This record gives sequence, structure tokens and C-alpha cells, in this order.
Amino acid sequence: MTPKSGDRFSDEIMLETTTARQRISRGFGMKKILTSLALLGLVLTGTGAATTGAIAQEEAHNEAAPTHFPIHEPKEMDWSFAGPFGTYDKAQLQRGLKVYKEVCAACHSMKLVAFRTLEDLGYSEAQVKALAAEYTINDGPNDAGDMFDRPGIPSDHFPAPFPNEQAAAAANGGAAPPDMSLLAKARGVERGFPRFVFDIFTQYAQGGPDYIHSLLTGYDEEPPAGMEIPEGTSYNPYFIAGVSLKMPNPLSDDQVTYDDGSPQTVDQYSRDVSAFLMWAAEPHLEDRKKTGFRVLVFLSLFGALVYLTKRKVWAGVAH
Amino acid sequence: MSEGHSTYTPKTGLGRWFDARMPLPRLVYDSFVAYPVPRNLNYAWTFGGILSIMLAAQILTGIVLAMHYAADSTLAFDSVEKIMRDVNSGWLLRYLHSNGASFFFVAVYIHIFRGLYYGSYKAPRELLWILGCIIYLLMMATGFMGYVLPWGQMSFWGATVITGFFSAIPLVGDWIQQLLLGGFAVDNPTLNRFFSLHYLLPFMIAGVVVLHVWALHVVGQSNPTGIEVKSKTDTVAFTPYATIKDAFGMIVFLFVFAYFVFYLPNFLGHPDNYIVADPLKTPAHIVPEWYFLPFYAILRAITFNIGPINSKLGGVLAMFGSIAMLFLVPWLDTSKVRSAVYRPWYKLVFWLFVADAVLLGWLGSQPAEGSYVFMAQMATLVYFAFFLVALPVLGLIETPRRLPNSITEAVLEKNKGGGGGHPAGATAAPETKG
Repeated sequence: MTPKSGDRFSDEIMLETTTARQRISRGFGMKKILTSLALLGLVLTGTGAATTGAIAQEEAHNEAAPTHFPIHEPKEMDWSFAGPFGTYDKAQLQRGLKVYKEVCAACHSMKLVAFRTLEDLGYSEAQVKALAAEYTINDGPNDAGDMFDRPGIPSDHFPAPFPNEQAAAAANGGAAPPDMSLLAKARGVERGFPRFVFDIFTQYAQGGPDYIHSLLTGYDEEPPAGMEIPEGTSYNPYFIAGVSLKMPNPLSDDQVTYDDGSPQTVDQYSRDVSAFLMWAAEPHLEDRKKTGFRVLVFLSLFGALVYLTKRKVWAGVAH
Repeated sequence: MSEGHSTYTPKTGLGRWFDARMPLPRLVYDSFVAYPVPRNLNYAWTFGGILSIMLAAQILTGIVLAMHYAADSTLAFDSVEKIMRDVNSGWLLRYLHSNGASFFFVAVYIHIFRGLYYGSYKAPRELLWILGCIIYLLMMATGFMGYVLPWGQMSFWGATVITGFFSAIPLVGDWIQQLLLGGFAVDNPTLNRFFSLHYLLPFMIAGVVVLHVWALHVVGQSNPTGIEVKSKTDTVAFTPYATIKDAFGMIVFLFVFAYFVFYLPNFLGHPDNYIVADPLKTPAHIVPEWYFLPFYAILRAITFNIGPINSKLGGVLAMFGSIAMLFLVPWLDTSKVRSAVYRPWYKLVFWLFVADAVLLGWLGSQPAEGSYVFMAQMATLVYFAFFLVALPVLGLIETPRRLPNSITEAVLEKNKGGGGGHPAGATAAPETKG
């Protein structure tokens, strides 16, 4: 994205979080969870007073100096790829690719993604060839022993915006912008008990895109009075590792031109690029869910038949 | 139970030829067809079979993954991603293998808790139980080393923390740690030796499984009543009875496993492991795989020095001690009655212990600070009290319920329609499902 990006591990932005960093649900949920656990602790230990005292301490918090990040939980969005029959919305992925190319790619590499795989987004072979050819790839050495530049071909991967990580860090205030190939799987705010149990049944696996979308749309919010924001960083209550991050707000309305009539808003850009990054991180998601449905149908039928056989075999034997 | 009277009679000439030279078909027949099993086994007894297929599945998917994986710190992460993106069905193999490890542990925990509930470790099954504990230890080593191979942030930092335990051992600790790491920190030599051992250990597990099954076939299976088999009416033939019941148990288990593999493949993993290992950036909050969390909580619960033992060594001793408890169970339990079905107090204490283990697991996933530390200390105390106080003392003071005279009597009583005071109605445990 625009220069001066940061990443979650940058030391400078981890404001006094080392001791009290805790990425679990908080606020209301936190209190309930701790209370119920304290009750269990009471039963188990019979020393309730000390436990509840400690919890009361934990509850005390200061809005201007938060100890738990992110300050706000990611907003849960409707994604086309959620659920057992989820599929990618190809038009959305194409828009997301456009946002990546025109905005994010200025700073963020995506080195695990090859141009050839973009056919998944609905592009033809010829379109992919043309798209790859827009890039210049440094190749070599040739027979004379020299490195040379050539236009990209479909088997190439997206070239990185910086020659190496040190250069990326130097150009971005000391922290290299993270590679985006796996970003949608490499970020996830802890869901906390009991939500992580419900997630099994709702198949919630969109923590990554929810986080990215929330972060990209979270720059508008004002920091609470009295909060100190380190110089060169931007306040964002959705950031997972501190009150602010080095990446300034990368998106603004009408920044990227959509040719399919979709709204050119920050919210839409964020959704599209988050969906695109989910595809980049998990290109075989559709195949996986489709195969999974067949496997589960097979196991159900097979299981039913085996169960009936088992009943028949055991019918004459009290057990 | 199995020795002596083999009923195998080869029907073909070839069968007789083999039987006279190497009676492998006879061994298979005696072990998996004619082998007598108690007629009252419930679905908790299907987990032995489930564990065998999980081991086989892990070895098969692992061998194929190893064909595509590069055990080099500069290549490992990208080679796993190549498997996920470019290898035909590579994503499936990799998710089967990574989730397979988790479900292997799900099955082994149910298997262990079943043994504790029904007193399966009591004489003459002590050795059977200890062989099982050895398998569990080998599984832990294999699982830990396997988690390092993708060379993500949690791989690297998990390995750093766990190998750090060994440095707490007086005199030889540093030497052991350096031997494990192949240097002074987790690096390429660590990855290389972990890959080598990760490939070796499953075959050692398979070897101990053979001993485990051998010991089982000498002493016979325990059963929900805990009463030994006394007559032929107490048992049924392994095939078709146990085979079909095991098959159904396996399919249900595979259904849950497949649900995670295909719909929630990263639910049991950590997002940070999709970030390549970086020795210069410590993750916010290092956690091991979920199946180690109770032990991790015990490790971190010891925050105080005990005489000459500092808190670090104390934590390591408590953690290894918590696993060592399992080995001692056959001698810690003083009860003459095996099954919790007839032990009202033990049954209660057992479920408290289960709750405590789950609580420890949750605490292991939380940062060691504030009230969590105190809760982990209490839960650790309860954990050890179960083994060191409840098991020996309950056996001496508890009045067990009336035991049926035989398995057959228990089964017939239960099928008469469930009056009070007998085993079947006494618990919500799986035996009612059988």
C-alpha cells in the first residue's frame, strides 16, 4: 500500500503490550467467561474469595491505555465463500485483484501466487498472458552470465515491490510490509470461550478476511481523549497488536475505478480485497468444500448401512 | 484367553502348506475372527481400532507429503505452500495430516479416559497400560516435531520454548538441549533432525502398538463391568460382532474428522503458523498445539521456588510428573473393584478430573498472568490430588455397589428393563448406547 506501512510485530508500535497482551474476547463476554470459570474454580478449589478478587482487578481498565488488542473485535461480514457450499464471487475477486494491483502492491509482495492461477478468477488464458506481460521480471543469468529483464509469463509469480526485506523495511520506517499471499489465514483475532465452540457448528472460518476488512475500514475512528499515538503511526482500533500501526489509511473513495458499476467506496474496496486475499491464501477452497460434501454424504450413507448391519448382527445377542 | 485352543482349520491345500510353514493366516484368524470379546463392550471400546486406522492414515499421508517436502529452513515453508497450491490434491493430504494429528490425540484421550473410568489398568493389565503410556509419549514427541516442520512462527517459537525445558535440568540440561537442537538455537540442524525423527517415530509407535495388541490378546479385553470373563456365554466372536461395531464407530469418528478437514481445516491450528519463522520476531503469545495445553498450563503454574528447586525446574518437574502419574496408576489405585460403574465416589471424582483436565487445557491457551496463574495452580493441585490422593484413598474408604456375578448376569439384568441400583441406568456414559 502507500509507503510507511507497519506490521504487527513492529516493536515500536507495541505500546506497553508485552505483559498484558491478550487476544481474547473481552468486555461483556470476558466478564461472563471469567465469572463462570471462577464458579468452576470455586467448586474445584473452595477458595473463591481470592479468585474473584483477582478477577475484579483484571476488569479494571482504562480507555486511553488499553491493554487488550484489538480494541474492537472485527466486524463479521457476509462472505460468499462462507459455509458448507461457499464459493468465490469471481467478479469480486477480479475487483479485489484490481485493488491489490493499484494500491497494496506498491508495498506488499504476494510471492506465493503465480499469474497462471489467476484463471481461477475467470480470466482466459490470453488475458492471463497479457496480465503477466504487464510486469517486468528480473531473470537470469543468461549465457553471458548477466541478469536481464523480460516481460512476465503466466508461470511467474507476482514480483515483489522491493528487492529484499531490508529494502522493504528501510523504505517503510523500519518494518517490512508483510507478504500478502497468506495474510487471510495468518491473521485471526481469538474468538474466546464459548464462541470458539459455536464456531464449530456455524463453520466460522472467516476470521482473516473479517480482520482485514475491519482494519481497512477502521482508520476513520478517532482515538479516545488522552490516548497517546506514537508519531508516524495511525490509530486503528481493529489493529491486532497495538493502538496504532505504521500503515496509514491506504484507501479512499473513488481511488480505484471499477468497470462493473460496483460502488467505489472504501468499504467495497476493503471487502473485495479481503475476498481476493482469502482466495490468494486458500485457492482450493471451493474444491475442498465440494469434495467435503461428497465425503460426508458418502460417510452418512455408508454409516447408516453399517449401523443397520450391526443391528442385525447383534439382534440375537443381549449386550 | 487367546492361547492354546486355536480353532483355525485351513480349507485349501495352499492354506495347509502355509500353516505348516508360517502360520500367519492362523494368527490373523485367531486374533481378528475367532478371538473372544466380552459381549457387553460399549462404543468407548472402539477407540483402539480407531487409533489403528489413524496411525495408518498418518503414516500414509505422511509418506506422500515427505515426497514433496523440503527439510531445509530456507525451503520448508514454501515447500509446504507448494503442496497446498500446486501438488495434485496436496491441500487434501496436508489438511488430512495436520488435522489427523489432532484427531489422533482426540482418540487417544478418549481411549485413556475410558481406561481410567473402567479401571482397565488393573491386574493383569498393568503392562498393557504401560505400553499404552509409552505409545502416548511417542505420539507427543512425534506430534511436537511434526508441528515444527512447516517452519512457521509457532513452529519455531514452540520448538524454542519446548526444547528450553531441558535446559532446566541440573548439570546435563544444557548439553541435552544442544543435542536436541543441533546448536545453541532452533535452526536448520534442528529442522533436519526433527524431520528425520518425525519420520522414524511413527514406525516405533507401530512397533509398540504390536506389543500393546499382543499384551491385550494375552490378558483379554476389560469390559464395562470390570468383571473378568468367566464362561463362554460372557463372550462373542470378534468377527462379526466386534468388527461391525468397530466399523460403525470408525465411520462416525471419520465423519467428525472429515468435517474438520473439509470445512474447518485451520480451526485447530494457529494463524501465526502461516507466517514464516523469524528468529527476530517473537509472537505476541506462544502457545503449543491444543493437545499439549493442559501440560503447558501445569508447567507455567509453578511460579515459585521450592527449596533448592527454582520455579523453572519446578515447572518442568511438575509437567513431566503429570505425565509420569499415568505410568503409576495401576499401583496408585487401591480399589479391588475395577469399574467406576460400581464406584459412586470414584465416578464423581473421575468426572471432576475430566473437568479439571479441560480447564487446564483452557488455561494453557491463556497468558500466564493475573488470576489465570492462581487458577492454573489450583487446577494443577487438583490434577495431582486425583492421582496421589483420590486413587489410593478412595479404594480404601469407598463402599462399592453390589457387583453382578458375571458379565452374562449383568447383561441379562440390564435387558430385563432397568430397575434401580444396577449398572446400566447408573451413568450417562457411553455404555447405554451399546
